Amino acid sequence: MKKNIFLYSALLIFGLIAPFIFPAFKVQLSILCVLIVLAITWNIQGGEMGYNSFGNILFYGLGMYLCASVQVGMFFPLAEWTESGGEKTFVHTPVQFFQGIAVGLAVAAVIPAIVAGLIGYSILGLRGHYFAIGTLGLGVAAGEISGGIEIIGAGQGFTTPPFPNVGSLEARGEFFYYCSFVALVLTFIAVKSIYSTRFKLVLNAIRDNEDKAEAMGIQTMKYKIIGWMISAFFCGLAGGIMGGLVGYIDSTDVAFDGREMGVFMVLMAILGGKGTLWGPVIGATIFHIFKEGFWTFFLGWQYVALGVLIVVIVIYFPEGIMGWLREKYPEKFGEVVDEADRKAQVELK
Amino acid sequence: MDLLIFEAPILMVQASMDGILLGILFALIAYGMALQWGVMNIINIAQGDLVILGGYIAYFMYLYGIHPAWGVIVSPIIMYFVGVGIYKLVINKVVDRDLFISILATFGISILFMQLMNFAFGADVVLAVSGYGTTMLFDNSVTLPNSKIFAAVISIIFAIGLIIYMKKSKLGRAIRATAQNARAAKILGVDTEKVYAATFGINAALCGVAGALISITFTIHPYMGLPYTIRSFMIVIVAGLGNLPGVAISGMGLGVFEEFADYILGTEFRIGSVFLLLVLILVYRRFKLAKKREYLK
Repeated sequence: MKKNIFLYSALLIFGLIAPFIFPAFKVQLSILCVLIVLAITWNIQGGEMGYNSFGNILFYGLGMYLCASVQVGMFFPLAEWTESGGEKTFVHTPVQFFQGIAVGLAVAAVIPAIVAGLIGYSILGLRGHYFAIGTLGLGVAAGEISGGIEIIGAGQGFTTPPFPNVGSLEARGEFFYYCSFVALVLTFIAVKSIYSTRFKLVLNAIRDNEDKAEAMGIQTMKYKIIGWMISAFFCGLAGGIMGGLVGYIDSTDVAFDGREMGVFMVLMAILGGKGTLWGPVIGATIFHIFKEGFWTFFLGWQYVALGVLIVVIVIYFPEGIMGWLREKYPEKFGEVVDEADRKAQVELK
Repeated sequence: MDLLIFEAPILMVQASMDGILLGILFALIAYGMALQWGVMNIINIAQGDLVILGGYIAYFMYLYGIHPAWGVIVSPIIMYFVGVGIYKLVINKVVDRDLFISILATFGISILFMQLMNFAFGADVVLAVSGYGTTMLFDNSVTLPNSKIFAAVISIIFAIGLIIYMKKSKLGRAIRATAQNARAAKILGVDTEKVYAATFGINAALCGVAGALISITFTIHPYMGLPYTIRSFMIVIVAGLGNLPGVAISGMGLGVFEEFADYILGTEFRIGSVFLLLVLILVYRRFKLAKKREYLK
C-alpha cells in the first residue's frame, strides 16, 4: 500500500511539472491524457462489463460539439458564428472564454451521460456482436447526421473560440494541458474508487455470464446503463477538451471520427489489457508513442500501419500487456497460486 | 411539407424502380455475407472494401480500353484469390475465437484496404462508363439507365448460379455440411480448412461481381466501403441466416427505403439514415425478443 502512495504521488508530480520539463510536447501530452481517458472509459464497459462498443465515439463527438456550442452560444448567436466560418467577427474576452469553457465542459460531460441513459435501455439489450455492430452504426450515423446540420457548421466545420490573449504565448498549451490532466486525474480517481466497490463485481458478473447474474437477483439492465453512463460522462468530457485543443470541429474527421479515435480507444484498451485498471493507461501511453512514431516516419502510410497494427494486436495479443503479465506473474495480481499445480502444468507443456 | 416527391407522384415510381434495382445489388453482397457468416460465424467488416476493390478492377479495365462489363467476369476471379489470401493470412487465426476478435481483425483489414486503395487509385470519386444508354418509361417521366438493369440481371444470374452450385457440386455440399456442424463434417472427412478458404473466396468473388456492377452503375471511392458492409449486415439480420428469398426481398426493401430517404430527407442524410435504420431494426428485434425473455444472439 505504501508503495502505491509513492507511485501515485510521483505520477501526480510528474504530471504537474511535465509541461515545464517537455515544453515542446505540451500538445502531445494533452492528447496523451485525452487518449488515456478514452481508453479508461472504453474499458469500463468494454473490458469490465463485456459489452464491446464501437460507438463510444458518439459521446466523444457529442461532448465536443456541445462544449463548443455552449462556449459560443453563451455570448454570441451560434448560427452567425458558424456561418462566418472562423472569421473573427466575434471575439471572446478572457473572462467570457474561461466562463464559456467551464460551463461547456460541464455540459459536455453531463449531456452525453444523459443520452447514454436514454438510449441505454434499448441498445444495451443487444448482446455480443449485435451490440458491437449496433453501436458502430450509432457512431457513424451520428457523424453523418451532424454533418448535415447547418447550425453547427454542417460540412464546412465549426471553429471553436480561439484562446484569448492573456499575455503569454505558452498559456494556451498549458491551459489545455492542465484541463486534460485534471480530466485524467478525475477519471482515474472515479474509476479506481468504482472498481473497489460491489459495482465492479456486478459488472464482471455481467461480463462472465449475464443470465446467471440475472438469475442471482442482480438487475443487470440497471447496472449496465449506469456503467455506460459513467463511460459516456468522461468520454464527453474528453471530447470537449479535445475540441478546444484541436480548435476546429469537423463532423466525420474530428468529432465522430470512428476511423481514428473510435478504433483507437478500443485498440488502446486491448493493447494494455481489457478489464484491468492500469491496462488502458499503459496501453494508451505505448500506443500514443508508437502512433506518433508511425505518423512521423511513415507519413502517408500511417493508416496502413494502423490496419496492420490492429490485426497483429488482435491476433497475437488479445489479452494485452497486463493480461500477459498476469499470466506470467499471477502472485503480483493477488491470485493464489498452487505451486504444485503450476509445476505440473509446466511439465505438461 | 412541400416535398417534390409528394407533388410529383411519378417520382415515387422512379424511386421505387431505382430502389429495387439497387436493392438487388445489395442482396448479392448480403448473400456473400450470409454465406460466410453462416459457415464460419464471422462478421466481415471488410466486406464493403472488397466490393470497392472489385469495382476498381472493373474501373481499371475501363481505363485500359476494355469494356467494363467484362469486369463482371475478371473481377470475381481476381477477388477469389484475394479472398483466399485474406483467409490464409488473417481469418484462419480468428475463426474459432471470440466474435469480437474477428470483428476487430476485419475492421483492421478494412482500414488497411481503404488506405491501400487510396494510395493505389487516388481519392477521387470515379465511375466506369458503360455507354449503355437509358430506357424511358411512362412518357419519358421515369428514366432507368440500362446499366442498372444490366447490373440487376447479372446479379440475379450470379445468385441463381451460386445457389445451384451450392446444391449440386461437391464443394457446395461440403460447405453446407460444414455450416451445419463443422466438427461432424471434419470427422466425415471434409477438409474444413479448405472449405473455409473456399467460402471466404466465394464471398470475395461475389463482392467482386457486385463491385464491378457498382462501378458501372454508380460511383466508387476508396472510403465508401463501410456503408456496404452495414447494408449487407442489415439485410442478413432482417432476413435471417440461410433465408435466401428473404435476403433478396429485404435487399430490395432497403434499396427502396434508401431512395425514398434520399428524396425526403436529402442526399446528405442518406448514409446516416441507413445507419440509423440499422440501429432501429436491432432495437426493434431486441424488444420483440425481450417479450419472450430472449435476446439477439
